[in-house]
Amino acid sequence: MNNESDNNKFSTSSKNSETKGMTIIVKTITRIIAGFIFLYGWYIVFHGHLTPGGGFAGGVILCASFVLLILSFGATEIRERTSSIFSSIFESLGGLLFLLVILLGFFTGAFFFTNVLPKGTPLKILSAGVIPIANIAIGIKVGAGLLSIFIAFAALHYIMKE
Amino acid sequence: MIELFILVTAMLAAAIVAIEIKDLLASAVAMGIVGFSVAIMFILVQAPDLAIVQIVVEILTVVFFAAAILRTTHTDDTIGKGIQSESIFPVVTFFIFGTLFLVLAIYAIKDLPQFGEPIMKVSNFYIENGLPHTGAANLVAAIILDYRGYDTFGEAVVLFTSVLGVLTIMRMKGKL
Amino acid sequence: MILFIGCILLIVIGLYAIVTKRNLIKIAIGFCMIEYGINLLFAFIGFKKNSLAPIITNINTPKNFVDPIPQALVLTAIVIGLGTTAVMVSMIIRIYEKYKTLDINEIRKLKG
Repeated sequence: MNNESDNNKFSTSSKNSETKGMTIIVKTITRIIAGFIFLYGWYIVFHGHLTPGGGFAGGVILCASFVLLILSFGATEIRERTSSIFSSIFESLGGLLFLLVILLGFFTGAFFFTNVLPKGTPLKILSAGVIPIANIAIGIKVGAGLLSIFIAFAALHYIMKE
Repeated sequence: MIELFILVTAMLAAAIVAIEIKDLLASAVAMGIVGFSVAIMFILVQAPDLAIVQIVVEILTVVFFAAAILRTTHTDDTIGKGIQSESIFPVVTFFIFGTLFLVLAIYAIKDLPQFGEPIMKVSNFYIENGLPHTGAANLVAAIILDYRGYDTFGEAVVLFTSVLGVLTIMRMKGKL
Repeated sequence: MILFIGCILLIVIGLYAIVTKRNLIKIAIGFCMIEYGINLLFAFIGFKKNSLAPIITNINTPKNFVDPIPQALVLTAIVIGLGTTAVMVSMIIRIYEKYKTLDINEIRKLKG
């Protein structure tokens, strides 16, 4: 990277404020609400078989809470690299968990996507067999995947510079 | 139904603004207006699952476009240069094929069921038997994770591939 | 009928951006417009008048729901659309770093 492109960098990593992030107002509000957004994402994921939502919506909300943190606090080089590695690991873990849920029906002697676990009472949180587990897997996978895409846009600038 | 007409009109106006404006950041924001109108219409046609996903995905899309615009350039230099000789052929092509597409699409729409009266042959089976078969109260979750699970699995593969593609393209160290 | 034509018009606007615009970001926005138009058309086709969202809240109530299949199809399509948009945007960033312009005619002339 040469100096010309430094002027046009992404706003969280502009020239003088690489670690500072945004103003104190944004940081205070973010400190209060980012945890609630994270909890809301997990709520959407866990209640995916009872209420609107599910793995896709919850995963994207989980990703949005981290995006809010990175945008408001800025990101140092080390934190970017570790979060990039961690999000990649979590994405692979989510994908493998989903594959395991699929293969569970195969291993028990039926076909793919068999609902092998007991159904439980309807309209309760512990019901629907493997659907909540598959929702959790998809939530982890979608959230971590989109977060690693965002980190690639916002942060890999520094990793590439080495 | 009047609110749907208003929202469709606003969506089309925002789409035209997004394409014709000179400032690229304003263009991305106008695209956000289109996406949020779509989200509100999803709520009005009783699709809350889609509305939640569309709202958050739209936020992330605008963030991605803002990242690209802040890293590249803010103004669209191709607008306001007047008509050049190179741009005549695409415009003529668009008017021929766009009109053809519009006419054929309107003919096709006449064969679709009327708005508000869908044909629900398969859906009635899912609605009647979804809760006893799968145990999930949310029928959309029952369909995407049980009846049509291969669709979701393919989606997971596509998302993994796109993450892989983005990381490969953005990490490329070779000659710039 | 008119609402369906509205969705088709959004698709045509996206097509216009893809074919005639010369800025790469405008072309990517055109792809997003086509995606929204198709998603909205699917959601409109599945709508049933005076019905509820397809979520069972009480086992004994009559099941008067909208069509859940288009919603299930569109739900995956929205997230896939975000993935493809991300790939497009990353390619745009790389092209700008190489050619220092977003005009596709200029890029064609430069021939790096």
